[in-house]
Amino acid sequence: MAEKVLKGIAASDGIAIAKAYMLVDPDLSFEKTTVANIDAEVKRLHDAFDASKAELKVIKDKAVENLGEEEAEVFEAHITILSDPEMLGQIEGKIKDDKVNAEEALKEVTDTFISMFEAMTDNAYMQERAGDIRDVTKRVLSHLLGVTLPSPALINSEVIVVAHDLTPSDTAQLDRKYVKGFITDIGGRTSHSAIMSRTLEIPAVVGSETATTDIKDGDELVLDGINGSALLKPTADEVKDYEQQAKDFIAQKAEWAKLKNEATVSKDGKHFELASNIGTPDDMDGVLAAGSEAIGLFRSEFLYMNSAELPDEDTQFEAYKKVVEGMKGKPVIVRTMDIGGDKHLPYLPLPDEMNPFLGYRAIRISLDRDDIFRTQLRALLRASHYGQLRIMFPMIATLDEFRKAKGIFEEEKAKLVKAGTPVADDIKLGIMIEIPAAAILADQFAKEVDFFSIGTNDLIQYSFAADRGNERVSYLYQPYNPSLLRLIKHVIDAAHANGRFTGMCGEVAGDQIAVPLLMGLGLDEFSMSSTSVLKTRSLMKKIDTKEMAKLADKAINECVTNEEVKELVEKNVFNK
Amino acid sequence: MEKKEFHVIADTGIHARPATLLVQSASKFNSEITLQYQDKSVNLKSIMGVMSLGVGKDADVTISAEGADEADAIAALAETMKKEGLSE
Repeated sequence: MAEKVLKGIAASDGIAIAKAYMLVDPDLSFEKTTVANIDAEVKRLHDAFDASKAELKVIKDKAVENLGEEEAEVFEAHITILSDPEMLGQIEGKIKDDKVNAEEALKEVTDTFISMFEAMTDNAYMQERAGDIRDVTKRVLSHLLGVTLPSPALINSEVIVVAHDLTPSDTAQLDRKYVKGFITDIGGRTSHSAIMSRTLEIPAVVGSETATTDIKDGDELVLDGINGSALLKPTADEVKDYEQQAKDFIAQKAEWAKLKNEATVSKDGKHFELASNIGTPDDMDGVLAAGSEAIGLFRSEFLYMNSAELPDEDTQFEAYKKVVEGMKGKPVIVRTMDIGGDKHLPYLPLPDEMNPFLGYRAIRISLDRDDIFRTQLRALLRASHYGQLRIMFPMIATLDEFRKAKGIFEEEKAKLVKAGTPVADDIKLGIMIEIPAAAILADQFAKEVDFFSIGTNDLIQYSFAADRGNERVSYLYQPYNPSLLRLIKHVIDAAHANGRFTGMCGEVAGDQIAVPLLMGLGLDEFSMSSTSVLKTRSLMKKIDTKEMAKLADKAINECVTNEEVKELVEKNVFNK
Repeated sequence: MEKKEFHVIADTGIHARPATLLVQSASKFNSEITLQYQDKSVNLKSIMGVMSLGVGKDADVTISAEGADEADAIAALAETMKKEGLSE
């Protein structure tokens, strides 16, 4: 038996067997002391600065090689801070004047700079720089204390990364060649780290609670991203068993891959649109490899988040055009800016709110800051000429919001047409169904919008009043609960009664239990991570929609709980 | 001593990437180089100093250099200011 089996949430399919790499900050605490030999202390300081600079140069080169110039820029900024003669001078001065150790002098001086930058509340860019100074201080401190700071960009052998949580800047540094998977303490299926693992197509387990305390650097690990578990120090037999499972999994994937160029048709001949969710134009490789029939969700946030300022019209246009052209006439649904909630922009400071998920976010910002919105719509309109582009607005609660958004869209369209810019004239405008108020009024919305796309992650969060990032209430993530299924059925029926289509772009759209029910309910489009597309196509081809319509009816009218629905599907569809 | 005045035209003023490049460019010279804005002046080889000035759009700033390579330094910095779209 393995020393310990850790349980968590299966975030991304697959099996990995490798040594653990702890992406955890070491202990950087120290005591303030008085030093007798000032010269020696100053030399220690200089040595730590030099060592930090040398280390950052290696990290930067590695990051350029693996991730590109842009991702590596942050390290260049760190090197510039380390080369600042004023800062080094002040620290030296403190050692000489106060006769304190280098650690204390470093901390006092950098703290002053950090609070100075953090105080610039009218300038989000400067506030961000406080984070850079903090990072640099940590690195110098690690050299003074003689401990090693983990650097994901420096990983050069096959490992499984173990972390409390992975931030976007951590994941940006992970090299797929060496990082075979990861396990975290916190997070759920829809947290940033989980979504990234599916984009990177590496197995992952999140929310294990104790990974960073149970696992030590270099420990042998088996990571099972299919069942959401990890084996710490597995036995030879266990390793053998998992090697076989990994092989089987790869074989199954190869079997699914044969379905790449096939249409998504149920057993009784009904066609469904199977689509991909993407975050950047780089995700197109995965879309094409999976043979997706559309892009059901192109999150436009990356344009805003990977930038130091608001992205201009041309930058946005190029990104949208690339995806629309790449799909060669197949539909591409772009969701307009969905900032706020848990996504922030350094250059667009939002007020602190008690409930950011219920606050100023998505379309609410777009309608308030229509300068930002108009730029995005113009870029989208221009890109529409190159294929079949559709636009959807996130977080719509009232019909009024949709009318306002549509009005702005029409104004920008008229301006472009007048200027002679080529624009498609049949651009479909839809809304995300993620707020219960809009779902309930879907019959009225359906008269005016061209399509719906159900965003299950938020619809569940708002329907059950349960924060999707809070583990204590994670039991309320109930995707099969009859209440949610009733809401979904109402939306689909309202759309069909008005000749509109309904898609789904949340995690549930690729869920193997939910898919048969959604087919029975008549959902038109299923959009998911590209890695789930072939697996879902394989399942959908085996399903009879008439039987599923009856089963869905039973789930909605006879079942009472999430578990009952799950068991119903398992018994009737998977013969369990 | 060599001196040159600049009118800042960049929307974001002198911060972000252009500030880093300006500091890197200044650091190549031996002369003492300062950036003056309103009544404050800072060492142009110090990224923290430059950023703490908070130079915005339409600000008038003066760069001065003193040392053996002062003329070359001013020429190079004027070039960087122009190339990075900080001034005309």
